[in-house]
Order: sequence, then structure tokens, then C-alpha cells
Amino acid sequence: MTESEIETAATVDARGAACPGPLMDLIGAIRDVESGDVVCLLSDAEQSLTDVPEWAEESGNELLTVDETDDHYALYVEKS
Amino acid sequence: MTDRIVILGGGTGGAVLANNLAERLGPEIDSGDVQVTLINDDPEHVYKPVWLYVPFGIREPEDGRRPLADLVDDRVELKIDRVTEIDPDAQQLRSTGEVAPIRYDKLVVATGSTLAADEIPGLAEAGHDYYSESGATDLREELLSFSEGHLVLSVVGSPHMCPAAPLEFVFMADDWLRERGLREDVEITYTYPIQRVHGNPHIAEWARPIMDDRDINVETFFNPEEIDDGTIQTMEGSELSYDLLVAIPPHRGLDLVTEAGLGDRGWVDVDKHTLEAEHAENVYALGDAAATGVPKAGSVAHYQAGVVSQRIASEVRGRPATATYDGKTLCFVETGMDAASYVEFDYEHPPSPAPPSEKLHWAKLAYNESYWLTARGLL
Repeated sequence: MTESEIETAATVDARGAACPGPLMDLIGAIRDVESGDVVCLLSDAEQSLTDVPEWAEESGNELLTVDETDDHYALYVEKS
Repeated sequence: MTDRIVILGGGTGGAVLANNLAERLGPEIDSGDVQVTLINDDPEHVYKPVWLYVPFGIREPEDGRRPLADLVDDRVELKIDRVTEIDPDAQQLRSTGEVAPIRYDKLVVATGSTLAADEIPGLAEAGHDYYSESGATDLREELLSFSEGHLVLSVVGSPHMCPAAPLEFVFMADDWLRERGLREDVEITYTYPIQRVHGNPHIAEWARPIMDDRDINVETFFNPEEIDDGTIQTMEGSELSYDLLVAIPPHRGLDLVTEAGLGDRGWVDVDKHTLEAEHAENVYALGDAAATGVPKAGSVAHYQAGVVSQRIASEVRGRPATATYDGKTLCFVETGMDAASYVEFDYEHPPSPAPPSEKLHWAKLAYNESYWLTARGLL
């Protein structure tokens, strides 16, 4: 799957934020969407690649995919 | 033409900046070439770190209040007024106190943080806090009569003011209850939204063993979703019952910041080195209001104020602005009722907490007293 194929309810641009900023921004966005909605987190923090899957597993939400570009990651999380 | 520099907000960042500019641009102010205006909606300046001590009966909220007029240099025009709108295109503000717009050539947004407990159902009704005067005094009433049961400190929102304060509260509560012979009857639990006990991994690594040694329970990946009838339900599906809930509520900046297109949730998007707003010309932000990723702490606002002052002075004088903020942050961290640690870090250098000592505790208390010199731009 690529960015254009996933319909998102919200996009959180946390590029430039240090950890745990991106994960906290994602958690805040997940609070505000409905079950089944997908939130896209844009982050350039390497730590997001471990923080986000760990939290998704803990919270029962699903990390659908991670897209990598030259300067950031796009992590797609579906609210359970 | 007079250069009009307007500072929005009279907290630590705003007050220090106003005094710093008055000193730095004194000749230009005296000649009428520059005007520095500080706008705050409260005639009093509030030093929030005092609130940590209020629930334990050590300090009074009044200890953290002084009239802004007594702190700010006479060369600064002080307006007690509530700004309702920032128009970055027209470079002007609207306020409740003046019919005409307030025009600016340089604007510094120092509007700080507000609490948003209403974002979590049940939190405003059930949770106590020490992040406001009323919260601290209400919590004092509860804590002073709390002799047994489950005390839960829950960090619900992040970022929040003074990231060390939740750790300080449980360390102080643990010590305070031990001193009073009540600790065996009070269970203490600390919860945090991510997988460790503090946002900064170095501080988390330092704090966790202390918590374990002192029988402070820890719940991580704990994000309250609803609070009802003495129970917290989390987004992760867990539940936790409490007898006394002390919460760090979600924080927001001011809506007028978002309405002006300067950034989300009331935080101004800035270049983290120059502190210039990313979505407007001739606008800076500092302190809690600036989304730099560093802690929302008084020391940050203090250091950033020096940088913004130098940059604005350079611009007023037609010189390149070269001063930059390096992320410098300094915090004393209480580890009990008579011991404290200390951390100092910046964008490039992580913190390394100092061994807790009585000397550092007294250093913290001494600084709290001498803070008023900082607000006046003298320290």
C-alpha cells in the first residue's frame, strides 16, 4: 500500500518534533477520530519506528503501513 | 517612524523580554524611535512553580504573585487588556479594551499554556491538579486530610508545563507521607502516556529506579480515555481505581493563535533556533507558546527571551540578527521534601541528572525566591 491508496481521517505533521512528540501527537489524533478511521503520522524521528508500533500493539490499534520518503516517514494507524 | 514592538503575554517570557528590551534599546526608547508595549490580561505576574508546594502546605498561592507594574521597567508601556485577535497580514491586534486596533512592527507571542481538562470525559470533575492556583488549593484540602487509600498521579496530556513536576510530586508525596507515618497506608501509582516514566529517555532512566526503590507503582502506555466513579479507563483498555486522583490535564495554547493561522492547538510553529514564526512575518514566539519541542519551562522562556531581545534589537538597528536559541533548559527536580536533583541540557546535549542532595534542594528554594530578579531582568 502507498500513501495515495489509504483514506485517512486525519494527518498529523510531527516533522521536526523530538520524541516523544510524534507519538503524543498521534495519540491525541487517535482520541479525536472514530473507530475504523485511519490517522497518518508524518515524522522524521527515527524513534517513531519503534514507539508507534509498540503503542499500537499495546492499545489494540493497527499500524497498517509505513511509507518512507527521503526525509520523513508516514505511519498509518487505524483506530480499533 | 517609531518601531512598535508588542509583547503579548506577561508571564516569565514576556516579562523578561520586556525588561531585556528596555535595557537593550533604552536610547532608542528614550528618543522615541522605539516603543515597547507589554499586554497582559491580568495586572499580576504569576510564578507558577510555587504551586507545587501549595498542596503540601508549604507555600501559599500569593507567594507566586506580584504586580506586573512593579516588575516591568518604566520604559515599557504596560497595557492590562485582553487581546482577542491577531491579524498577521495587517500586523495588528484587536482587544476588548480598545476600539482601535493595536498596530505592531514586531510581535512576540508569549501567551503560555492553558489547561484543557474538559478534553477527557470526567477529568474536570474527578481530577485534582497543582497546575493552577485553584487546583493547588483544592488539592491541598484533599491531601492534608488523606491518610489512607490509593493516590494516583496521572500525566494525562503532553506536552505540559514543567515536565519534571509530576515526578517531583510523587517523590515529595512519598517522602511527606513517610515523615508523617502514613506511607504504609497510602499506595502511590504514577502513570505516563508513553512506554517510560518521562518524555526524555535520560530522565526516565534516572527516575525509574528511584520509583522502584520507593515502592511507587508505575503504569506506562497509560492514556486516560474516561474517568468515572473512581476508575480511570484508558485507550489501551486498562482500568485503574483511585481514592485521590492528581492529574496533569491536557494543555493548549490560546485559540487566537490558531485562529491567526500561526499553529495548531494554540502553539506557534517557529524555527526552533531563531524563534521566528513560520507562518507570519515579523512575529516571534517564546516560552510555552512556541512549539520548539523543548520543555514548557520557565528557564526555557527566560533563555529564549534573551535571544528574541537580541534579534529584535539587531533588526531595529538595521543589522543582521545572529542570536539563536540552542535549546538550553535548566531544571531543579525535587526528589523528596529535603533533596533535589538538577538537569541542564540543550538540543545537542542530553541531560545527566545530578545525584540528589540537600544542597540542590536549597538551591531550588533559593532560586524560587530570587526568581523575582529574573522577572525584572536582573538575573
